[in-house]
Amino acid sequence: MSQPLRRAVVGACLAVLAAAASADKAPRVAPLPSYQQECGACHVAYPPGLLPAASWQRVMDHLPQHYGTDASLDAATRAELARWLAANAGTYKRVGNTPPPEDRISRSSWFVRKHDEVPSAAWTRAAVKGPAHCSACHARADQGEFDEHDVRIPR
Amino acid sequence: MEVFRPIPTLAAAALALGVSLAASATTPAELLAGYAREAGTTPSAARGEQFFTAAHGREWSCSSCHGAVPTQGGKHAATGKPIRALAPAFDPQRFTDAAKAEKWFRRNCNDVVGRECSAAEKADVLAWLSSLK
Repeated sequence: MSQPLRRAVVGACLAVLAAAASADKAPRVAPLPSYQQECGACHVAYPPGLLPAASWQRVMDHLPQHYGTDASLDAATRAELARWLAANAGTYKRVGNTPPPEDRISRSSWFVRKHDEVPSAAWTRAAVKGPAHCSACHARADQGEFDEHDVRIPR
Repeated sequence: MEVFRPIPTLAAAALALGVSLAASATTPAELLAGYAREAGTTPSAARGEQFFTAAHGREWSCSSCHGAVPTQGGKHAATGKPIRALAPAFDPQRFTDAAKAEKWFRRNCNDVVGRECSAAEKADVLAWLSSLK
């Protein structure tokens, strides 16, 4: 193979690999200040790409009964957030269009797979409390950053 | 299901005018006076402390997330997310936005008591929180 041709082939392969890798990651969405403020008050402002649109719609339709707590909002804010979540919901392959059980990010098959090395005792430690507390182990979760190289599981 | 209930004057005024959260600026003292006026009772810090720290037939009390004496930050009982100190002397942003105060009283009273709090209960709690220095 000639040198230029080899370079072109290697380049094309790298491009395919990069595309495959990015298809496995939630696309970065510019944060919405009201989403950060309202939804980020009690938990990490979960990136909208982590649930499919059908799940977000059910979540936003049932805010007064939100995983055991009342998270009700005024109608205008609720509508604004629902629109933004619908527009930015996950469509890429690992979220797809199949809502996880109970519309919980932590019950998604990709989430379970990604966390299969975490010892079950770690989830119930006081510093962790459960899978909703992303930032216990992912220090930059509030910035939508979940790189596994940054993970530190508290003792 | 959302149930309509009488909304305290400050928040109702803010809603009627369609003003944003930032426009419902208030002070803890004004808010307390408004709740006391609506309740027609004299606020009691002692009753407020009792209400805040006791369970009301459900899993959580106010203290479950805010701590027994909310002069320091607390932690959300379910998610572990840090919560800033609730006593206004320890966080000057607390109780300076009427709509925000109403939103959190509504949600948290539903979680802790299983219903919205009365104006008298809110006045008592706010009187206690304001007394913490």
